[in-house]
This record gives sequence, C-alpha cells and structure tokens, in this order.
Amino acid sequence: MVTVTTVDTLQEAAASSAGQAVFLGGGTLVMRSVNYGELSVPQIVRLRSVAALRSIRADGTRIVIGAAATMGDILRSSEVSFLHPVARQIGGPAIRNMATVGGNIFAPHPYGDFAVALLALDAKLRLSDGSETDLESLLAARDNEKRLVESVSIARPAGDDFRFRKVSRVKPKGVSVMSLAAWLPRSAGRISGARIAFGAMAPTPVRVRAAEAALEGATLDENGIAGALAAATQGLTPPDDGLASGWYRSQVAPVHLKRLLLGEGSRT
Amino acid sequence: MSSVEFRKDLFADERDDNLQEIGKPTRRQDILGHVTGRSPYYDDHLFDGLLHMRCVRSPHHHARIRSIDTSQAERMPGVVRVVLARDVPNNLNTLLSLINFGKDEEKLIQDTKVAYAGEPVAAIIAETEGQARAACAAVRVDYEVLPHVLDPEASLRPDAPVVNEVYPNNTFDYHDLYDHQKLRFGDVEKGFSEADHIVEGEYQMSPIEQAPIETCGAIAAPETNDRFVCYTSTQALFFSLGTTAKLLNMPSSRLHFVGGTVGGGFGGKVDSIVEPLSVLGAVLTGRPVKFMWDRAEEMQVGAPRGAERWRIKDGVARDGRILARAFTGFFDAGAYTRLSSYAIIKCTGHIPGPYSIPNVASNVYCVFTNRTPATAMRGFGITGVDFAIECHMDKVAETVGLNPIELRILNAYRDGDMKPHRRLAKNTALIECCQVASQKSGWAISADAARQSSLAGGGGTRAEIPESLTDSVGRIGERRRADIPTEPGAGAPSRGRVAAGTQGIPIVAAAPQDEDMITDPARMGFRHAPAAPPQPRATPSTPVPPAVAPTGTPVPSQQAAAPPQPASPQPSASQPAAPQPPQAPSDPAPAPYKPEQPFSRGVKRPGVSRFLSGSRRR
Amino acid sequence: MTKKPVQFRLNGSPAAVFVDEGQNLLDLLRRGVGDLSPKYGCGQGTCGSCTVIIDGEPRLSCLTLAETVEGQQVETTNGLADGPDLHALQEAFMENFAAQCGYCTPGMLMAAKALLDRTPRPSREEIVEAISGNICRCTGYEPIIDAILAASGQPTRRTG
Repeated sequence: MVTVTTVDTLQEAAASSAGQAVFLGGGTLVMRSVNYGELSVPQIVRLRSVAALRSIRADGTRIVIGAAATMGDILRSSEVSFLHPVARQIGGPAIRNMATVGGNIFAPHPYGDFAVALLALDAKLRLSDGSETDLESLLAARDNEKRLVESVSIARPAGDDFRFRKVSRVKPKGVSVMSLAAWLPRSAGRISGARIAFGAMAPTPVRVRAAEAALEGATLDENGIAGALAAATQGLTPPDDGLASGWYRSQVAPVHLKRLLLGEGSRT
Repeated sequence: MSSVEFRKDLFADERDDNLQEIGKPTRRQDILGHVTGRSPYYDDHLFDGLLHMRCVRSPHHHARIRSIDTSQAERMPGVVRVVLARDVPNNLNTLLSLINFGKDEEKLIQDTKVAYAGEPVAAIIAETEGQARAACAAVRVDYEVLPHVLDPEASLRPDAPVVNEVYPNNTFDYHDLYDHQKLRFGDVEKGFSEADHIVEGEYQMSPIEQAPIETCGAIAAPETNDRFVCYTSTQALFFSLGTTAKLLNMPSSRLHFVGGTVGGGFGGKVDSIVEPLSVLGAVLTGRPVKFMWDRAEEMQVGAPRGAERWRIKDGVARDGRILARAFTGFFDAGAYTRLSSYAIIKCTGHIPGPYSIPNVASNVYCVFTNRTPATAMRGFGITGVDFAIECHMDKVAETVGLNPIELRILNAYRDGDMKPHRRLAKNTALIECCQVASQKSGWAISADAARQSSLAGGGGTRAEIPESLTDSVGRIGERRRADIPTEPGAGAPSRGRVAAGTQGIPIVAAAPQDEDMITDPARMGFRHAPAAPPQPRATPSTPVPPAVAPTGTPVPSQQAAAPPQPASPQPSASQPAAPQPPQAPSDPAPAPYKPEQPFSRGVKRPGVSRFLSGSRRR
Repeated sequence: MTKKPVQFRLNGSPAAVFVDEGQNLLDLLRRGVGDLSPKYGCGQGTCGSCTVIIDGEPRLSCLTLAETVEGQQVETTNGLADGPDLHALQEAFMENFAAQCGYCTPGMLMAAKALLDRTPRPSREEIVEAISGNICRCTGYEPIIDAILAASGQPTRRTG
C-alpha cells in the first residue's frame, strides 16, 4: 500500500527512499496514479510547505519561477503575462490551482504543455543538489532523474516573439493532439536564434532543430517559413494514442506550425 | 425556456390549449436535493465494514482461458474473497431473457473464453479499493490468444472466428429462422426498374459511450430478514432485480433493490452487470460490498451505442418521388447481445424513415464481433439509420436537382399512410416541420410545397399494403457455409409473394400490437371464462400468411419477418414452417382458481425462467 | 496501515479525523467525515464533480492528498446553504433548470461559488472559463451559465 513521507527540504525529499519515491507536486498526476493503483513504487514524498518554492521574480533579462508555482500563480503574475495563454490551456481552474510548473516538466505524454513553452524559452533549471542544467538535457533523461527541480529560469521574450498553440479535439478544454511553442527573436525583421518546441510529438517535449535552422535569417512570411515547415517533423516519430495516430500528427504538424508562425487561424 | 415557441396555427383542430404546465417554466421535483448535494445516489449510502469489489479483466479481444491462478492474490493484504465463475450459481444469461427474447449466452464471470477486451474473468473482494486493485493485479491468467474480428462484415464471412459459441454464425437468430431481420413491403426490384435514377450510398457511425458522470455501480448488503438490499445506479430497476435473481438462482423476493436516483445514464445503465456481482459479493462474504466502475472501466467495458453500417439504394422518379428503397444494415453488437437484437426490431419498425415509399425492403444484421458489447443509448436503433436516411435524402435531392426540403415534403408520410411494418401512420408532422424549418432558415420552398399538409392527401390507396415480394435467403447457418449476398433479395433462388391487403382486413391482419393486451386468465388470479386465443382474422378467399403467434418475441413488425409465401406451385416439403417464436407455449386450459394456494404470477413453463414476475410476462 | 491525524475546517466548523495513507480528500470527505456532497466521477481530474474550495480556490478533491489539508479551510456544497436559507447560486440553479441528473451539480456550484467570491459580476466568458473543468452530460451547459448569471444579478437568455 501507499506510504507518504513528509519532509522539510527538497534535498531531504530527493534523498528520501534513495530516490525511489515519487515526489508529490500538485498531485494532479501522482494522485491519479494512486487512485488507479498505478504507482510502480507506492511511496510518496512531499514537502511540508512549498510556499518558498512558489515565487515568480525577475532576474535581469530572465525570469525565475519556483517549481511549486501553480498555473494559477502564473495567471496571477504580471511578470509572466506572455505565459498566461499557456497556463490558461492547462485543465480547468481547479486543475490550475493544483498543477505546478515543476510537475509539468515531468508530465508524461500527452501532458506537459507548459514544459513545451519553457523549452522554447530556453529554460534553465536549478536542481535540488544546487546544480544547474538546461531543460532540454533534463527532458532527454527525465525518467532516470533522481534530483528535484527547485526553480526554472526562462528568457523574457520581447513583443510578440513568443507564440504558443495547443491543438485539441475538445473545446474549450482537451488533451493535446499536439502543442507548439516558438520563440522568434528578430532584428530588422529577420529571425535570429529561433527556438521551436513540440509537445505530444515525442515521449517528451522536443525542439526541432532543423526547423529552427531553416528560420535563421528568414522573415516571418509565407516564403520565409517554407523551409521550416518542410522540416517541421524532421527526426520525429510521433506516438499513436487515443487522440491521434502518429501519422496524423506528422501530417498536420506543418499546418499548425504555419498557423503558429504566421498567427493565422487562431482559435481559442 | 425562450427557445420553445408554440405554433398554435399548426394542427389547431387537434390541440387543447388549456395547458397548465407545458410551455411554462417549472422546477424539477428533485432539484432541491441536487443543489444541496443531498440527492441519494447509490454511492451515498454508507455502510460499516464496507468491502470493495473489483474485476480482473481480459487484456485480449479474444482468447481461450487455459488457467486462472489466484493463489498469490488470495494472500494479499485485505483480500476477503476471490470470486470465480464457479461461484456464480447460474452463470449464463442474456439481458432480454426476462422477456423471452434471445438465448442465454453471456457469463457474469468468464472461465472458458473471453470475447472482448475487458471481459471479467475473476473478481476480488477486499477491505479497501486499493487492496482489491493490488490483488487483481496479482491474479495470473494463462490465455491462449485467438484470432479476433472487429468489423461486422468481416464477422459474416465463413472463415471469421466464432465470437460467441451460442450464436456460432456470428449473427443473432431472428425468429429461429433467419440470420437477420427481414422487412418486405411491395417489390423494390419493380420500383428500381421503373425509376429514372438509382441512388446508392453507404453510411456508418462508430460506437458512442454514454459517459454518465456517475459511473455504473452498486452496493449490496445483507439485511436482517434474509434479504439483500442493493443500492444501484441502474436505469432499469426491475431488469436488474430479475437478472440478479436469475444469475444468483435466488427468488426475487429475497432482493430489495433501491434505485431511482441516477447520476446520468443515457441508456448505459440498463445492462444489469454490476448488481449481480455486488449482491453475489454480499452473499459470499455476508458483508456490504460495493462494486463500482472507475472511469477507465466505464469507457472500456461500459456498453456503448453500437457501431452501425448502412447501405441504402433508392429508385427515384425524375420528379423526385422515391419509388423504392432498399436497406442493408449491420449492427455491431460486440461480443454479446445485450440490447442490440432489440435495437434492430425498433429500427425495422422505423424504416424507411418518415416517408411514404411504395416499395421498401431491408435486411438488418445483428452481428457479433470481439468488441465491447453494445447496448441502449437515447434513440438506439433509430439514430444511426436516421442519420443514414437523411444523408441519403440530400443525396437524392442532389441527384434529381430538387430543393432538399421540397424533396422531403414531396415524399413525406401523411396521416393514414401505411408504413412498411404494417401500421397506419398517425400524427405525422414532417411536412409542417419542413415548412417551419424553411421559414426559420430562410431557405425558400415552392408555393406548392408550402401549401401541403400532413392532414391531407394520406390514406386511400396509400393505406394499402401492396403485394410483397419475399425471399428466404439468409437462413440461420447458411452464411457459415458460403459467402452469400447481404442485400435484400440478392441471391434469392426463389421468390414468394404475400398478397396485397389493408390493415384490419384479414389477409394481412395485425396481431395485437402489444401482446400484453391479450388477456390470459391463467395469470389473472380469478375464475374467468376461458378466452379464445387471439387469432389473426382470415378470409377464406385469400392466401393466409403464417399466423403470427400472439406470444413470444416482442416484435412490432412480425408480419414483415414472415417467410415467403410461395408463389404457385407449392414448393417442396422442405419449405420451412411458419416462424415460431422461441418457446412459444401451447396455452393450457386455465386451471381452476384455488384460493387456498398461494397466488403466483411467476412463470412456470419449461424453458422459461421461473424468476419472472409481473404482468408483462407470460 | 498507518493512520494520520488531520485537522482542518470544513464549511467553517473544525474537523479532526484520521486519514489512511494515500487517501484522497474526496474519500476522506465522503467516508471519513460523511459529507457526501462532492461526487466521484473519474478519479483523474477530468470531470470536476469532486470540486471543492480550499482556502478560497477551487480544487479537485479526488486529486488532493487528504493529509495536505491540515490547517486549511475546505468548503463543499453541503455548507453552501445558511440553515434553511439557500445560497443565491442554489436558488438560481433551481429556477433556471440548471440540473437534470444532479450529479455534476455540487462540483458546478463550487466552481461557480469560487468565481463569484472573487468576481461578483462575471461576464459570460468568465463563467464559461470558470466551469470549463466541470463536465455536465445532461444540460448542455446553457442553463448552468444562465443560473450563474442570474445568481450574480445579471440578465439571462430568458430574462434578458
């Protein structure tokens, strides 16, 4: 049966049960597994208080978000208003008052839409052992990660450089067929250092480097993005699930990427 | 509600406008409980010492069970009882056996072969739900995986795996005669030959889960009077009670069922699956037992509205009149019958939709596949075919170049028209609906179409039943031996004819519409002059169609299912007898009333469940 | 199995109970405390019928580890009425036919109350957003939206 251990610090939590226990963030995924008897190791560790890990603050050109900040916290913070459209796409209000930024990074397919946005925004993570890593590296090996995330630092995009879309079958709330985020820094109208991330197109949120490279120096118009669209799913073998087949995801990804980049056909 | 508008000009002669409630906002009588959270759903009954039951379910669509090892599960913490097929006293049922329709075919818990993913093979009763889950995961089942079939037409092929041994042809047996439900009205071939256009189309829909917010479940507990109380989410309390009594081989008087507060059902809570298991759990443990599906089970094993595939062929005159319409329909019943057999009876009574078409034929198949059994859902049996019909009407309108609303008005049924299932249409209103729709949508129709009325133009020759062409293709078992066509009339080596007539005139006499209208003195509990058994009235001058027995299957369109009456000369003696509904009893003379003996309304006939009660059963 | 003591306030009154390890708040409220107003619909956060208000925010009780409500304020539909006096939302749900089977109603009421507590006169869009995590299979939502508009003193489709 499930055991629950309550500790005071992230370090204790990470050390608890030799890293075997599952850490309880907002509970939206862990408690679901508990309810359905699906925890592989029925041990939960949780923090007595997460207040210290919920802050959202500016740090130079970047913004630092505590791992225990909820989607509701994001929506109440003017510091990260560019992330409001992302947080609003996560569940209903009750879920948003529970689901955390840190938890979203570990959410299995097809969840984890917020992490897609973080990935596009060049997220760097501070971990429970005091080390730092970038989100992309952590995602690549997240199933074996024993450390816990303390905070996330992201770039502060200028103007409309940041875009996000979530494609779902049910409106207004549905699970992702895919989610897409792009950070498109521009100077004199030309893109430089674009980051494009997909969710629900791979086991974890992923960047598509070929599409990013195709945007280098390009303008944000039909001609400028043609190369990126052609490379939209390069290297990806999207999964099949109850919402969509991998084939379908591959077919429609360029369509949604085009809408994301050109701001077309936006539907909420 | 502002969206309701009363058009008092329509059917003014037929209305009584002294309405006290209709059209006025009203409160639901149960609303106070709903808004205070106090409406008593089944799970809102608390019991001390409540145990929790969960099922071990098949991960395969189709597999033989070699062995089930519960030894580890039995030793798991909190486990009180492991329930297997052998613990079910009478482990074979079909839901509609309570009205003597269909053969017992589905086990409450399987022990030989699973026929759909999610079929239960064992149940665990434990102190907590979590413990029951853990123990279920510890049950080891050795399966021999078998080939499966998931498409109804694939299932009709001779080489298709047998889904359900009780129906080895993968089709429900209609009237002990055919592997499909036949409807014949007029001669569609003649209609096609006279038509200017032939319009064909194929339509299908996937299964739809009712998805009530309250999942299916029941709590059963021993009472102190040798009875068991069962609080249930059922939509069909007496079905659930009768089914439980039958499966548990227990007089229904020992069952105290409480329902009525249902957290959404939409048809998905009539299958009486959860009640027998929870009561069985209470019988086996002597403690209160809850059996409640979680959401994943509700979606996976909760019986949906089944998939349907339809092919429609119309013969249409240049002016848009539909002269003939033939249907071929496939209902995907999933692995067991549940209510699909009945859905097809409803559907056949509805064909060809709200239209007067002089020649109509249909073959509708209730096909078993290795999918979750299908059941009721809002308008089941009608919804799918109506979708097909209305899509097809648009296709016809396009073909003949007619406004689709006018096409519907042109072909609409009117009061007094004979429908193919041999009932006169009454209170028809399609024409008026079309006219209002045209006004509301701003889609203009001709002055002539706008002048039409459902009250005029029907009846007369339209009330007649035409001479009907019949055939005997698709006898039970034929399809196992060879691929034979599924369309009405196709591949018929010989045809028969049922002579023309009108309703109420003997040659096509209708049996009583509801067999319960037939008075049976044997079950009325008082002395009574023996009533003559009802017979279709016959005139000597015309061929008499096979007598439709007044008892048996609840088929509204039994004449439609009649086998072909041979055209002369008489065929060989192998021509089958008239369809006899299963277990049609030969009514004995009513026994004298013996007041000293306890009165029983139960059924005491060989082959008929003795747990039946109530006046609807004979 | 270890039991842990938990104290919290339920609808303004103190509650002190023992919880099982891994028990969720929905189960604690229903079986531990006997407040049957929150309902089980999915156990996975998709239906909203178990919605309660914790420290002023709507949350899903089926996904809340029961022991984490230590010291918190929990509100349920059971505490919505003030004695015999119904809450404006309850009256409005009754008047606007905002329930049929009633199973989603307690969760809807909690989602709506959390909205009105912060936004006394919400727009229609805000109402849709506020109940977007609550599924109703019977009503088609419009009567519910109307009821919440009516409860906040605003015109509905019917009155306005």
